[in-house]
Amino acid sequence: MPTRSTEVVIAAHNLKKVYGDFVAVDSIDFKVRKGESFGLLGPNGAGKSTTMRMMSATMERSEGELMILGLDPKQDSPQIRAHLGVVPQQDNLDGELTVAENLYIYGRYFGLSRAYLKPKVEELLDFAQLQEKRNEKVEALSGGMKRRLTIARGLINQPEILMLDEPTTGLDPQARHILWDRLFRLKEEGVTLILTTHYMDEAEQLCDRIIVMDNGRIMAEGSPAALIAEYSSKEVLELRFGSNKNAESAKKLAGYGDRLEILPDRILIYCTDAELVLEKINHDGMKPLTSLVRRSSLEDVFLRLTGRTLVD
Amino acid sequence: MSSINRQVSRWTVLRAVEHRLLIQKKWFASILMFGIGNPTIYLLSIGLGIGSLVDSNTTGVDGVKYLTFLAPALLASAAIQSAMTETMFPVMAGFIWAKTFFGIRSTPISGKQMANGVWISAILQVTFTTGIYWIILWLFGAMDHKGSWLSLFTACLGGLAVGAVLLWIASVIDHDDGFLAIINRFVLMPMFLFSGTFYPLAVLPLYVRWLGWISPLWHSTELGRWVSYGHSVSGRLIVIHFLYLFLWIALGLKLAQARFEKRLAK
Ligand SMILES: Nc1ncnc2c1ncn2[C@@H]1O[C@H](COP(=O)(O)OP(=O)(O)OP(=O)(O)O)[C@@H](O)[C@H]1O
Ligand SMILES: [Mg+2]
Repeated sequence: MPTRSTEVVIAAHNLKKVYGDFVAVDSIDFKVRKGESFGLLGPNGAGKSTTMRMMSATMERSEGELMILGLDPKQDSPQIRAHLGVVPQQDNLDGELTVAENLYIYGRYFGLSRAYLKPKVEELLDFAQLQEKRNEKVEALSGGMKRRLTIARGLINQPEILMLDEPTTGLDPQARHILWDRLFRLKEEGVTLILTTHYMDEAEQLCDRIIVMDNGRIMAEGSPAALIAEYSSKEVLELRFGSNKNAESAKKLAGYGDRLEILPDRILIYCTDAELVLEKINHDGMKPLTSLVRRSSLEDVFLRLTGRTLVD
Repeated sequence: MSSINRQVSRWTVLRAVEHRLLIQKKWFASILMFGIGNPTIYLLSIGLGIGSLVDSNTTGVDGVKYLTFLAPALLASAAIQSAMTETMFPVMAGFIWAKTFFGIRSTPISGKQMANGVWISAILQVTFTTGIYWIILWLFGAMDHKGSWLSLFTACLGGLAVGAVLLWIASVIDHDDGFLAIINRFVLMPMFLFSGTFYPLAVLPLYVRWLGWISPLWHSTELGRWVSYGHSVSGRLIVIHFLYLFLWIALGLKLAQARFEKRLAK
């Protein structure tokens, strides 16, 4: 484990972004410490990418304060960007250049020398598993390959802070695990990671601390375990009664756990011991089509806070 | 990690040029073929055809043979055509079609440097294309005066004046709904026709002559004729021609730089 630093690398205060008269990020406050990995969770349109773009010193904020590595992006955005690695939600590679050229030219913009870039490009081609495609034009890559290349590109300047907006969307399980492994190693080297994701396992595995956003606001903040402890019960019982019977069955289920959540396709019962609750339900004569006992996850925190499931 | 120098440099603009040239290198063969083929065909048909017609019926135009009169104007138009391609297309691609500017945006380059990068690349490419055109004209015997080589520079100056303004206009366009074609048809085409390209502007009636006066092509052509074969222009007009073209460059660049900064921060 890296030693936890108290040095703040990003500090936002009343940070706000409006598009026209639509408030996308609504006066939020947060801090990111050096070496930590920090996650932004939230449903579609919550304002995660907008926050990320402001943190990456590419988009100007509308109001509030923002300091990145002790600098204000309003004055020093190029200087800030020199320290960052940015993986945007949408790949924006240069389709006219080859895979290797994309890495090389991007590195050149950071003022990196040919001598540095030559081995670095090789290393990143290996990491992205794109050696065979190195001389192909980017246009000819699959979606997942483009994603891998965009991630590799973000590492070209050995960033101190790496920002990844939904990095693993579109990646197959193998590529995801390769990326996780790489991110763990970067974290060990002291790189600060900031990421958004729609995958709970990813957030739980990778993030030391999370903020949950909805409608441009921060709903909750804490480590995955702390959030689960605070906003959910220990276990969850998932029951399915068939699509049109769920609501009706739910009425009878009131009082079985700490809390009920009725979704279109299933009912969630939050409780301390799900096996026990299930036994009781069966004993009382109710016959769910399927039942599942599991531990609470961030998904449940999310549902509690936003009333929405994470992947819609 | 210490091996990385994170000092922000004013020379980052050269990376944008390097990027652009890397792309252009892939098109080099077709750029070269187009650069040679275009003027050759043009000269074979219009230049020589009309030239021999004019020369056999008169004693030439403006005191020189028709092709000599025509050459600086053709060169100036070629430079403008090239400048148009080299400013509008990269900017449209960067902001709208491929959105590559937004990728590069995450590096330490500033919006102003990005605008300047397109601009410097355009200078190189306009000079290259116009240079080829000049050589072809020379091979056809159209650059037969002592000062003819200087028309290369006045032509490029005119091209870059238009290029700077188009750099700005392209950076303002939000959607690609055929705006390029509109500019081409309703601004550039009339400019070619009313700028004293094929005959002296004075031949035209006064009420359309102003089209020539505001057109950078006319100013660039006048300068080209002056430097190459000594076409008579007053000293004051020469200053005006230069000032006018430099004004377009300064204005276009300034507006484009500001627009790039703003658009990339959105
Ligand atoms: N350029 C823009 N112009 C206008 N509105 C925008 C713009 N970009 C984002 N928005 C709006 O701002 C809100 C937040 O968008 P943002 O992309 O930050 O959400 P997100 O949390 O990243 O969502 P997702 O999970 O879908 O990526 C959305 O309602 C979106 O429609
Ligand atoms: Mg997003």
